[in-house]
Amino acid sequence: MLEIKNLHANINGKEILKGINLTVNAGEVHAIMGPNGSGKSTLSSVLVGNPAFEVTEGEVIFNGKPILGMSPEDRSCEGLFLSFQYPVEIPGVSMVNFMRAALNANRKYKKLDPVSASDFLKLMRQKRAIVELDNKLASRSVNEGFSGGEKKRNEIFQMAMLEPKLAILDETDSGLDIDALRVVANGVNTLRTPENAAIVITHYQRLLDYIKPDVVHVLYKGRIVKTGGPELALELEEKGYDWIKKEIDGE
Amino acid sequence: MQESNNILQEVTTTDYKYGFVTDIDTEVIPKGLSEDVVRIISAKKNEPEWMLDFRLKAYRYWLTLDPPAWAHLNIPPIDYQEIIFYAAPKQKVGPKSLDEVDPELLETFNKLGIPLEEQKHLSGMAVDAVMDSVSVKTTFKENLAEKGIIFSSFSEAVKDHPDLIKKYMGSVVSYRDNYFAALNSAVFSDGSFVYIPKGVRCPMELSTYFRINTANTGQFERTLIVADDDSYVSYLEGCTAPMRDENQLHAAIVEIVAMDRADVKYSTVQNWYPGDKNGVGGIYNFVTKRGICKGHASKISWTQVETGSAITWKYPSCILAGDDSIGEFYSVAVTNNYQEADTGTKMIHIGRNTRSTIVSKGISAGHSQNSYRGLVKVSAKAENARNHSQCDSLLLGDQCGAHTFPYADIQNETAVIEHEATTSKISEEQVFYCNQRGISTEEAVGLIVNGYAREVMNKLPMEFAVEAQKLLAISLEGSVG
Repeated sequence: MLEIKNLHANINGKEILKGINLTVNAGEVHAIMGPNGSGKSTLSSVLVGNPAFEVTEGEVIFNGKPILGMSPEDRSCEGLFLSFQYPVEIPGVSMVNFMRAALNANRKYKKLDPVSASDFLKLMRQKRAIVELDNKLASRSVNEGFSGGEKKRNEIFQMAMLEPKLAILDETDSGLDIDALRVVANGVNTLRTPENAAIVITHYQRLLDYIKPDVVHVLYKGRIVKTGGPELALELEEKGYDWIKKEIDGE
Repeated sequence: MQESNNILQEVTTTDYKYGFVTDIDTEVIPKGLSEDVVRIISAKKNEPEWMLDFRLKAYRYWLTLDPPAWAHLNIPPIDYQEIIFYAAPKQKVGPKSLDEVDPELLETFNKLGIPLEEQKHLSGMAVDAVMDSVSVKTTFKENLAEKGIIFSSFSEAVKDHPDLIKKYMGSVVSYRDNYFAALNSAVFSDGSFVYIPKGVRCPMELSTYFRINTANTGQFERTLIVADDDSYVSYLEGCTAPMRDENQLHAAIVEIVAMDRADVKYSTVQNWYPGDKNGVGGIYNFVTKRGICKGHASKISWTQVETGSAITWKYPSCILAGDDSIGEFYSVAVTNNYQEADTGTKMIHIGRNTRSTIVSKGISAGHSQNSYRGLVKVSAKAENARNHSQCDSLLLGDQCGAHTFPYADIQNETAVIEHEATTSKISEEQVFYCNQRGISTEEAVGLIVNGYAREVMNKLPMEFAVEAQKLLAISLEGSVG
């Protein structure tokens, strides 16, 4: 589904990603862990085409198509979704209007007619139940005045609405209390199918207790330095990152 | 990175979909302005002597004035001898039925989304359609008359209701008020007159649609609304013009009189041709709009969505004379390309316990200049006056300007005056967030701008809110890349 080959990327001329290689297949959940500043969020930003980053080398194939030349909106319509670490507030734009614009943009890309108002509202009702968001959500402005937990649940709600092929969850657990974490994780698990996949970026094992990864990668200094099964996350939880840093830096 | 630089950069043309010209036999008088021209206009309209006298007084006064230069605008000198002051589609004036209206005219207004056949019309709205210097047709006149409501073209009102016109015309905006008010008073051609009798709640939206069609003409219309005790009316004004390389002048006067407990809501969706992307052509929109809350606990509320015109100079204002009266001003002004707007309001508190609210949302893109100019005046006798002003500016790109000129003149120490102002840009994070959900940058900007203006858009009559939202997005089309 996703194939990243030798990906290098800069921000403001500084190289952050220094040759990432990663393959994600349909039905899989990959966890990407690593110490602060290792390039985890940069990787997610680059995949979805954030213009603040510049790709200097490498290739990304998504569903058989090279996507690095695609606009962010086309990547989204191809089925790539990012749950933002810091979802931005858009004052005055109601969630209903925002979500309908997004859904219809995705439908237009697939040459489908816009969704009717009643179908849309029905869909909103269904999907917000997955993350236990109440119906006041519809009239509230995008993320405005949302608590940290609400913002993250709102991200998963949007994911549920758009049904992406590949969802990237960028530190979705940060700032969540244990109850909110469970709600978010349940949402993600509910949306899992054999046809879609997820990349979960996190510092901690905690989230992975709820969202079971198939593969765990450790990102350090812009490279994937270790790959393993779920047991790798447990090992990191126990021993921290120092032993990996030593292993790599000691080389 | 390239993408992000493009995001806030001015590029292409605005799509102005009302730019067509109607090919219709039009009677025009020779261009230029003189006492004779004033007399000709009055004669064309078969006006009584007192009306001609009013025009001539205004004309002679206008000759003594200089154009105002205090606004933050670059107004090129206007040659009044090059303007045609009267142009009328050739047809029977004041047609009794639609059969007497030229089909070409009906088609024009159909194309503008303003069908004049009553049965086809948006439910709950009556329209006075004005093309160039004359009113083409006023719908639902008879139905309204049953309730005692007068809704007619200004010319007809001069003939049919001279007492009301004599009493109120010029009572809020004197011909001595300013340069363009004097000019309008001398040469005004048509417009609408509304009278709502005591205790009547007008059952439908009243609306005037102004259309400039003939080249090189100016449009000078007057609107007068009188709302008697305990009455209510919601009035809406719309306007468009063909795309032309020459600038055309539109100088209007709107007067509103609200008696005891009367409630008048006046909304404008101004979409005159704004000129092309290089600033060639477009309408000069120099308008004096003012209402007086004469009666106790009366209320006047102005809502305007200004997206068109090359240059806009207008300050819909309220004189709060009656005790406990309320004035409101809600404005969205969009400027793109080389448009210039200097707009705002004056709230003049005279009565006791008067309240006013000002919400102004300026949106500038391209190379445009957008200014808010407002005055809050509290006179010595206006005990317990309250004002809240909020003036927000949104910038798209770094070639445009947003300016705020708030003035306060407070002569009574019991007044409570609040002023808030913000200036913001659409952030790249917001646009990218939308992009990531599949929404194109252009659509994202439309969404964000409408969200920013929501507080004002919500004040528009329902029938027009959707249109106005689209208009806002279209006006900014091409302002981001």
